[in-house]
Amino acid sequence: MKNEQEKQKILTIIRENSSGPSSLIQVLNAIQEEHGHIPKDVQQLVAEEMKIPFSRVFEVTSFYARFTTEPKGKYEISVCLGTACYVKGSQIILDELKRKLGIEENQTTPDGLFTLTSSRCIGACALAPAIVVNKDVHGMLTAEMLPEILGMYN
Amino acid sequence: MEHGCDRVYVCAGTGCTSGKSPEIIENFRQELNASGLSDVKVIMTGCFGLCSMGPIVITQPDDCFYSRVAPKDVAEIVREHIAGGKPVHRLLFKGSRGEAVSLFEADFYKKQERVVLARCGLINPEEIDDYIEHGGFAALEKALKAMSSEEVVSVIKDSGLRGRGGAGFPTGKKWEFTMNAPGSKKYVVCNADEGDPGAFMDRSVLEGDPLSVVEAMTIAGYAVGADEGYIYVRAEYPLAIHRLQVAMGQALERGFLGNNILNTGFDFNLSIRYGAGAFVCGEETALLNSIEGKKGTPRLRPPFPAVKGLFGCPTLINNVETYANICKIITSGADWFRSMGTPGSPGTKVFALGGNVNNIGLVEVPMGITLREIIYDIGGGIPDGRGFKAAQTGGPSGGCIPAEHINTPIDFESLKAIGSMMGSGGLIVMDDSKCMVGIAKFFMKFMVEESCGKCAPCRIGLVRMHEILERITGGEGEIGDLAELEELAEMVNELSFCALGQTAPNPVLTTFRYFKDEYLAHINDKKCPAGECSALLNYEVTDKCVGCTKCAKACPAAAISGKLKEKHSIDKGKCVKCGACMGACPVKSIVRR
Repeated sequence: MKNEQEKQKILTIIRENSSGPSSLIQVLNAIQEEHGHIPKDVQQLVAEEMKIPFSRVFEVTSFYARFTTEPKGKYEISVCLGTACYVKGSQIILDELKRKLGIEENQTTPDGLFTLTSSRCIGACALAPAIVVNKDVHGMLTAEMLPEILGMYN
Repeated sequence: MEHGCDRVYVCAGTGCTSGKSPEIIENFRQELNASGLSDVKVIMTGCFGLCSMGPIVITQPDDCFYSRVAPKDVAEIVREHIAGGKPVHRLLFKGSRGEAVSLFEADFYKKQERVVLARCGLINPEEIDDYIEHGGFAALEKALKAMSSEEVVSVIKDSGLRGRGGAGFPTGKKWEFTMNAPGSKKYVVCNADEGDPGAFMDRSVLEGDPLSVVEAMTIAGYAVGADEGYIYVRAEYPLAIHRLQVAMGQALERGFLGNNILNTGFDFNLSIRYGAGAFVCGEETALLNSIEGKKGTPRLRPPFPAVKGLFGCPTLINNVETYANICKIITSGADWFRSMGTPGSPGTKVFALGGNVNNIGLVEVPMGITLREIIYDIGGGIPDGRGFKAAQTGGPSGGCIPAEHINTPIDFESLKAIGSMMGSGGLIVMDDSKCMVGIAKFFMKFMVEESCGKCAPCRIGLVRMHEILERITGGEGEIGDLAELEELAEMVNELSFCALGQTAPNPVLTTFRYFKDEYLAHINDKKCPAGECSALLNYEVTDKCVGCTKCAKACPAAAISGKLKEKHSIDKGKCVKCGACMGACPVKSIVRR
């Protein structure tokens, strides 16, 4: 946390979403959504505030794929690796994005613009292969279409 | 009627939403207002099923079916059709003979039987009155006012309904166990952690008809004696979560949920919990741990959740599609339900049909239908004139079914007998360009990432299996690898703690059983017969090359060189084997060997 103001903001999120120890995942989901990541000092704050051992907060944060301890880029590109997309070549799309952005999966470009991830089925199988950039779905992709799509977010 | 159309239905399922249907809805509202036709209702619906033709727009009562509508087409539909009375022919969906047909006349729907999806596409999922108008809450009223809990449980038992989450356990038995379990506090849980890659049936039900699940869970609460329920849904399904919240809010307001439901004195409260990206949480005991705010690792069974489940109390846990069958069984009876499907697997099953098939989408068919009927009659066959190679059912726990078994009837036992399983309903069709060793590796990688780490056979065994598959597809396989792979598969299957690990070797075992020659070709000849494994492939320019330079421009790795109007060549050291050159060549001079 950078400052007191940010700490207060996170405390508010915790209080709004907490209803006992069983709501830990809801609280962490809310923090992930609004704060973008859940670093160690935030986990400690959650533990204190919810009266849960820090070890359990850490355990849950590290177990679920949605929670990250590092900040994500401005745009998260998520390549669908559901079976329908895979059969239609999503692995090629993912490999091409890795090469274009010069990063591996779950990494962020040095300028903080793009984070590259893969996701399980997003349910847009008719649009396979598909990627999601933040909340925009781009479907029926070929590797040649990627420069134009990336250009939309530059 | 003056303009033949007073209602416009626009699909707002995930597929069509990705195709900009919210913008289409907005455009309809604006255009209709601007044309003085604001009495025409624009209705946002759940998934119609035929996703590959989306976004879908239907007008009523004249029953016109527009497919692949773009936001810019809306003005024309409003001007020509709704105001002018002449449907826009170029946008209408065309049947097999090129004639315009209505939605349910399309071949896609002819062999379908819609029970679970009956209301999807017909009602606005965010409008409780629509739901009530289409028979909603009749089952709840009947159960609460005219039936005892035992009677409800016995109807479900008699119906022969089996769990639609994959394993096919008799639903009525689960209800009976939970009803008979001692304890004053009990829970009802809905498993909406739909994690199989390529499966989106439960999401479509929650998005298209969320109240059917809410109503069924309330009935379940009454039957087993629970006053509290949880719906555990993937956080990756924001639209489904939103629609559930709206549905629950409206049900609460109207007295169909909460305290003293329908003035019968029965209380039932429902909350949503969402997952945070862990496939294993689809396993019911792992899901219960996750609802309790813990990491999602499975628990030892017995005790089964019916005896000791959520917070240590007896818990009934069923999947979304299972619940979506309940209300209709209560109102129409067990005999009606048994009239569909097969004696051992009555009723229908929803499949998410995807992959190399023409009609991609959601289909609901009576059990016992053959794979061939689903793929060719409903799915419209394989695109690009290619041949059928395999169908994958059951996701990472299931198997690949080869052409020789394409006439297998789809029911729980038949699929098991050929090494696959029903699973939750993903059905991915693969054409003859797909490498089966590659598919096995794909699922194995998925399972390696999703293993929760609790037990060693799954945590370590799957990693070793993946390594062997990597070697084989990388051209470094040895003949001894096959025996080792089989031995590991058996061990993981027998020794894993939960069903996730026990079924994880299935994709390997079925591809092994039906496509052994492909494994052997990779190992002995260092060839990928399907031409997919890039390490075993080389791209070459043949003498057909006209020297147009298009391939060199398309190459992302600058691996192609050559002068204008002269034959080009590919530097194998630089080539990343992406195939872009092959697509770019206008004279098909580049081959893959």
